[in-house]
Amino acid sequence: MIPRGNISWRFLSVWRRNLIVYRRIWKVNFMVPLLEPAFYILAFGLGFQGLVTELSYGGQALTYTQFMAPALIGISIMYNSFFETTYASFVRMYYQKTFDGMMTTPLSLEEIILAEIVWSATKAAAAALIMLLVLGLFGFVAFPSGLLVVPLAFLGGLAFGAVGMFFTGITPSIDMFNLPIFLFITPMFLFSGTFFPVAGLPSWAQSVALCFPLFHLVELIRLFCLGRVETAPLLSFSYLIVFTLSFLLLALTTMRRRLIK
Amino acid sequence: MNGSTPASIPIIEVAQLCKRYDGFIAVDSISFTVRAGECFGLLGPNGAGKTSAIRMIYGFTPLSGGRLRVFGLDIATHWRQIRARIGVCQQDNTLDPDLTVLQNLDIFAGYFQIPSRLARERADELLHFFALEKKRDAKVGELSGGLARRLTLARALINDPELIILDEPTTGLDPQSRHLLWDRLQRLRARGKTLLLTTHYMEEAAQLCDRLLIMDHGKILIQGNPAGLITDHIGASIIEVVGAGPELTAFLSDRHIDFDRMGQRLIIYNHGDNEVEQALRTTFHHQQCTFRTATLEDVFLRLTGRELRE
Repeated sequence: MIPRGNISWRFLSVWRRNLIVYRRIWKVNFMVPLLEPAFYILAFGLGFQGLVTELSYGGQALTYTQFMAPALIGISIMYNSFFETTYASFVRMYYQKTFDGMMTTPLSLEEIILAEIVWSATKAAAAALIMLLVLGLFGFVAFPSGLLVVPLAFLGGLAFGAVGMFFTGITPSIDMFNLPIFLFITPMFLFSGTFFPVAGLPSWAQSVALCFPLFHLVELIRLFCLGRVETAPLLSFSYLIVFTLSFLLLALTTMRRRLIK
Repeated sequence: MNGSTPASIPIIEVAQLCKRYDGFIAVDSISFTVRAGECFGLLGPNGAGKTSAIRMIYGFTPLSGGRLRVFGLDIATHWRQIRARIGVCQQDNTLDPDLTVLQNLDIFAGYFQIPSRLARERADELLHFFALEKKRDAKVGELSGGLARRLTLARALINDPELIILDEPTTGLDPQSRHLLWDRLQRLRARGKTLLLTTHYMEEAAQLCDRLLIMDHGKILIQGNPAGLITDHIGASIIEVVGAGPELTAFLSDRHIDFDRMGQRLIIYNHGDNEVEQALRTTFHHQQCTFRTATLEDVFLRLTGRELRE
């Protein structure tokens, strides 16, 4: 249970701490979203052009790179936020005892955890913005609608940040993060309509994909970048909201159980 | 000084405080009071329940039973107001290794919502007070143990707290660092701060604390002022005899004189009894004897036993 009055805007002071640390090595932090999409586009563009000339998505013929480019942003949002609230938060919590220090101040545990999740979403949104500009240069993003990907990335970041924090709340050790990555993140990375349209899968596999938050995130990014989707955008948006709120609650509950003794 | 607690209200009021961890009782119904401006010590062997008690006082750990008020406020409902007025120096190093020395103070001030200009002023003052100016821009990972502890204490003072809680502040420090820290704690007391500290060093407790309590297995054994506790429980002096034979112990038992055995050493609590001294000089003179004044360490070992704990 979350005690009443334990969540206030004070969480922004913890968010600010993470921002200051991030800015110290911002050049390295910016390098990944700047170069990664370029590598992928080059690799798949050059490597796949002979194999897949075009594919059909939402009733429209797209080149393979056109289809895949928006998914790259979705994957990056997932990785940025999930790794922040798993490995990075675990290091701060367990090895650096940063949270212990914070809990001698007027901050509540809930504010600290919320700040970590909101920070992971901020990082995801910053990465999405950079990727958007790079992919825009290649001509893979329609503007101005493509800019809506930034607030969407923040929502997606909250979703994956919250689920990551939930795993941090229950993992016995840092090595055990391999398990959710292997069983949850990797299948999602592959089967969320990222590298091939879900419509081409057998119906049971399609139903599984529908449970993946990344699938819904990628669908919405395609809507903003390409102007079309194969499923109902409102449904995808609602799914992301419900997923985020559920795991936010679970993350706060498990972290309280873990740290308050 | 905020000075918002009237002098009549104790700074810390602990009554029948309990902490249980599934089946294990860490703190077993302890009661004590800390008054404004005093330095109060919590002493006890490892696992006595000192840290559990302290963690409840700053609202990190919920109570399993009893009552706990800080500045006259209930910790369960007013933890935010209470934490805004206390500074905590934890046992573990919880400094932020991703930040520099100055940033550690600056960001910590942010957690208290201290305006940035005031925070910078205080940070400069504290860096000066703890002789850390030269390390201002150093990374925390580069600091030695003594410097890190000084920074931890500086950080605990960033909100100008009325009450400072120190959990083993000098453990693992070299004598120079320890004396510097003692000096700074004395100066803080002179400024009217209230101090609550745990320590393993009896010399430290005797020197710093106005009053203290010794606890073991979650219970308070005794509390009072250091000199009084020594007089009441040990007496003024002690005789240590190395390699004492059964004749000496028989002699002491016959006369109902308390003693403890510690390996090769016999520690005799003679309460200024001249007869024992005389006997040692004449009858048992072949043995190696030390006559010395009693210390708080004798009280501690007498009450908590001399066997190892861990």
